[in-house]
Amino acid sequence: MSKKLIVLFLGLIPLLCTCFSPDTPSDRRVLVLLDDFAIKSSHSIFFNNLKSRGFDLDFKLAHDPTISLQRYGQYLYDALILFSPTIERFGGSIDAAAILDFVDSGHDLIVAASSNASDLIREIATECGVDFDEDFSAMVIDHSGYAVSATEGDHTLIASDDFIKSDVILGREKIKAPVLFQGIGHSLNPSNSLVLKVLSASPSAYSANPNSKLTSPPSLTGTSISLVSVVQARNNARILISGSLSMFSNRFFQSDVQKAGSPTKHDKSGNEQFLTELSKWVFHERGHLKAVNVKHHKIGEVDEPALYRINDDLEYSVELYEWSGKDWEPYVANDVQVQFYMMSPYVLKTLSTDNKGYYFTSFKVPDVYGVFQFKVEYERLGYTSLSLSKQIPVRPFRHNEYERFIPAAYPYYGAAFSMMAGFFIFTAVHLYHK
Amino acid sequence: MAASDAHKGDVSMRNAFGSVLAFLILLLIGVLAFSIRLFSVIKYESVIHEFDPYFNYRVTQFLTKNGIYDFWNWFDDRTWYPLGRVIGGTVYPGLTLTAGTLYWLLNSLNIPLSVETVCVFTAPIFSAFASWATYLLTKEVKGVGAGLTAAALLAMVPSYISRSVAGSYDNEAVAIFALIFTFYLYLKTLNTGSLFYATLNSLSYFYMVCSWGGYTFIINLIPMHVLLCIVTGRYSSRLYIAYAPLVVLGTLLAALVPVVGFNAVMTSEHFASFLVFIIIHVVALVYYIKGILSPKMFKVALALVVSVGLAVCFAMVAVLIALVASSPTKGWSGRSLSLLDPTYASKYIPIIASVSEHQPPTWPSYFMDINVLAFLIPAGIIACFSPLSDASSFVVLYIVLSVYFSGVMVRLMLVLAPAACILSGIALSQAFDVFTRSIKFQLPSLSDHSHIDAGDASSENVVLDDTIKTDKSEDTPKERTTKRSKKKEKEPVEKPPSKSQLKKRLSVLPFEASIVAVFLLVLLVAFYVVHCVWAAAEAYSAPSIVLTSHSNDGLHVFDDFREAYAWLSHNTDVDDKVASWWDYGYQTTAMANRTVIVDNNTWNNTHIATVGTAMSSPEKAAWEIFHSLDVKYVLVVFGGLVGYPSDDINKFLWMVRIGGGVFPHIKEPDYLRDDGKAFDRVRRTEIGKKYFKLTHFEEVFTTHHWMVRIYKLKPPKNRIRGKNKRSKSKTSSTTTSKRKGTRRNPF
Repeated sequence: MSKKLIVLFLGLIPLLCTCFSPDTPSDRRVLVLLDDFAIKSSHSIFFNNLKSRGFDLDFKLAHDPTISLQRYGQYLYDALILFSPTIERFGGSIDAAAILDFVDSGHDLIVAASSNASDLIREIATECGVDFDEDFSAMVIDHSGYAVSATEGDHTLIASDDFIKSDVILGREKIKAPVLFQGIGHSLNPSNSLVLKVLSASPSAYSANPNSKLTSPPSLTGTSISLVSVVQARNNARILISGSLSMFSNRFFQSDVQKAGSPTKHDKSGNEQFLTELSKWVFHERGHLKAVNVKHHKIGEVDEPALYRINDDLEYSVELYEWSGKDWEPYVANDVQVQFYMMSPYVLKTLSTDNKGYYFTSFKVPDVYGVFQFKVEYERLGYTSLSLSKQIPVRPFRHNEYERFIPAAYPYYGAAFSMMAGFFIFTAVHLYHK
Repeated sequence: MAASDAHKGDVSMRNAFGSVLAFLILLLIGVLAFSIRLFSVIKYESVIHEFDPYFNYRVTQFLTKNGIYDFWNWFDDRTWYPLGRVIGGTVYPGLTLTAGTLYWLLNSLNIPLSVETVCVFTAPIFSAFASWATYLLTKEVKGVGAGLTAAALLAMVPSYISRSVAGSYDNEAVAIFALIFTFYLYLKTLNTGSLFYATLNSLSYFYMVCSWGGYTFIINLIPMHVLLCIVTGRYSSRLYIAYAPLVVLGTLLAALVPVVGFNAVMTSEHFASFLVFIIIHVVALVYYIKGILSPKMFKVALALVVSVGLAVCFAMVAVLIALVASSPTKGWSGRSLSLLDPTYASKYIPIIASVSEHQPPTWPSYFMDINVLAFLIPAGIIACFSPLSDASSFVVLYIVLSVYFSGVMVRLMLVLAPAACILSGIALSQAFDVFTRSIKFQLPSLSDHSHIDAGDASSENVVLDDTIKTDKSEDTPKERTTKRSKKKEKEPVEKPPSKSQLKKRLSVLPFEASIVAVFLLVLLVAFYVVHCVWAAAEAYSAPSIVLTSHSNDGLHVFDDFREAYAWLSHNTDVDDKVASWWDYGYQTTAMANRTVIVDNNTWNNTHIATVGTAMSSPEKAAWEIFHSLDVKYVLVVFGGLVGYPSDDINKFLWMVRIGGGVFPHIKEPDYLRDDGKAFDRVRRTEIGKKYFKLTHFEEVFTTHHWMVRIYKLKPPKNRIRGKNKRSKSKTSSTTTSKRKGTRRNPF
């Protein structure tokens, strides 16, 4: 009986291993929290798209008291989608802190707000570095960049095509149609290096309450308004924050779009392409790098030494791969650099590559001893940041590694030996030549 | 046994008896010197003490494990991160090699002692050697009696005990022996003129150079004595033999020690010896010429030589000055300069001034450390002048210089102690000599024993030494019995007056006065013994990593340091870096085996200043400095809860001063504000800031008595918060929730 159990367990091990393998950074299990289940059908294109890419979506009402993110200290989900902009308190054990802990332990998050976003959603956004307009009734209004529609509205439905210029985040294929957006705008702190404006408003946009008259200048104006932003935290968890829930909806996905002042009318808005590509990025199907096989050794040797001597020649190599959503593909770039670092870089070299993910270089250890580090700090827009450091001490020469005879010292050797000889002769003469 | 032989009246037998007795006494002095230093092991445990000994212990472990070549080339990457330290080239290897040899010897004899045990007991063993070397040295000056007295005094002088209790595994432990032994060999050569002893002297000097930076004391004191001898017209070929080989061989050998290297010929500390080397040759030449020329011719030649000699001397002086100016340390090293100018360190080098053992001593510390010897020294100096010999003039010069140096730095009290013991030994010996002779000649009832030459200084002093021994042997009963029996054997020798020495009756003192004086002297010495035992047992045996305190409810043991180091070694990663003030660097590397930023080898002022700056900066700035040094943990020592006075707050102003010395934005007056509210038990004052929260550090470990607290650097925030203030959103949330609550209830 017990034997059978063991066999069963042994059989489970590879299964468990594949489950928790860090080699597949893409998310698999996604929790979707909704205000009400109507969203499940009204946003079904987006959800079906995710399902078709292999995600396992778990729809729950946000105030469902049974929801929880973790059980027995293990997270039950790899990612979280918050399509519940008005929720004041989550059900179950989830609160803002739990969600931020979820992110801080390396999981991804999509947050969609709307014009009446709750404090909870705003607080989560603020913690991630995104400041929604503090005026609760404000929406982004654009009188020149609005989307032309049958009913002349208040110009809160805007068509934006001011995307971030990054193939990694938005995919190689250019997004042709403008993206429809209706919701609140947010601003980013320019000094915050982790958050990126993916879709920004046009220069003529501003954030105000469309139903009331403007009494004071709006707090957010122009291109400083961000419509959709992404955050890549220091632990490479990715967060997507949008001021509009409706931009994910089937209605916006399928609607035709014509930007005001633009003659071209697109049959289909750019929302589907934009959000699909963006969700690929957020769920780590793109732009996720890993470094393996960091190796260094003396030229002509294979084994990695415990320490180097000053002026040694060494080779350093690392393999970089990018996750494609299915498997690891070689990462190709020509700007990967390695530092030989002790408080400041003593050597800074760009690594050569064989275009198959293998990066290598060789250099001479500087004439300084101490505890050095091989450092690769690779941070590129859209890619996860790579920070490799490997400590290696560099020792001075051993006592018998110096040159034994220095040409410049020959006069001294000569002097010493002639002195000895002279002393010997003098002694002999003095003692025996009386 | 030997006593019955002595009764035969045979002088040679008496001498033999005397030397056997002297040998036994020396043996007992050795035992005394060893055993008086074991209080620390008995009262605490067999453990390495304090700070520097931990480094020496770690180096010794490395030596015994990896052999001498690896030790020589050892690049230590666990200290001074990220600079590292070339241990082999920056350490005085004498102590380590000595203990390593001892360990190797014992283990090859199948005595499996651990390295730690060997290290703990190295210092007591060498203090026994030092006592014997003192005996030899004083014997060269004033005979066997003075030698034995001096050896007995040195065996228990508190100043030396403070640096050589069991566990105090520091350079001074072997260096004091080497110092005394080198001086002995110098005097031996001076007295005998033997080239053999001169060579031994150089080797002994080499051992001293290996052991301690204090070797510069030797290489300056001996030239000064040579100069003194030349100036006072005491030049002889013996002096030449005693000095010239020492300079040549000694300098060559000193240059072999990696840490000294070319310093042996390039720093000003050594120039005096070269100058005197030249002078002694000139003088030797003058004496030689004087010997082969007639007086008249000599006068002519003298005028010629003096003029030429002066010119040469000027040239030499010019060369020397040029050398001084061009030498890498610009003349003198900081420690030497602070010796010459006691205010130098406090003015220019806070890192030297910050060490308590570099401070000038107070008057009580003289009484504490050399006790009654302080009063006997002047008598010893007078005894040295009657008659003045080469050797006794050396001792006088030694005491004068060491008194000065000890006045500059409390640590150099250690150099003063042997000189004080030697001179006090001479003084006591001479005094007992005079008094016992007076008593002896005035005891007519015992005149029937008329066969003994009681004037012999050696046997006389053996006797008086015995009286000292009886006093001091109270603590060890075994020793007492042997002493008592020996004293009884000796009594017949002591009493009989000698007819052959009647001429000495002229110089005798009144009988009663002599009795009283002997009694008082014995009392004095007894007081000294009591004080020494007390000092050894109470004052100088604390290992400083384990503290004890007595209170109403019994004995308290504070073992917080080892608790903290054990925590570090068990709970942190092997390559983690621990920052602390430099005092705790050696202990952290030795006990916790973790990389430290700075340690007690204060070779890089900038690095220490960086840590000092971090310690005295606001939290964020400190975090950034520590983070740039890859520090993971910060260890601070806090005595405020249990009243441990020498904690980091106590050292804090030095951190500010040292940090400010390199980074001028740290200013001492900024840290001298008084707005105290909470209470610090050590300093009995209120502290300024209370109830603060750390944002960039978190406390990870605090020891039982809060003495060591370890903080961890928090990693940088995973996310960067937006501008919207939480408090603001909170207040708004309360208002809005009310608003929304009225509008729509989600449940």
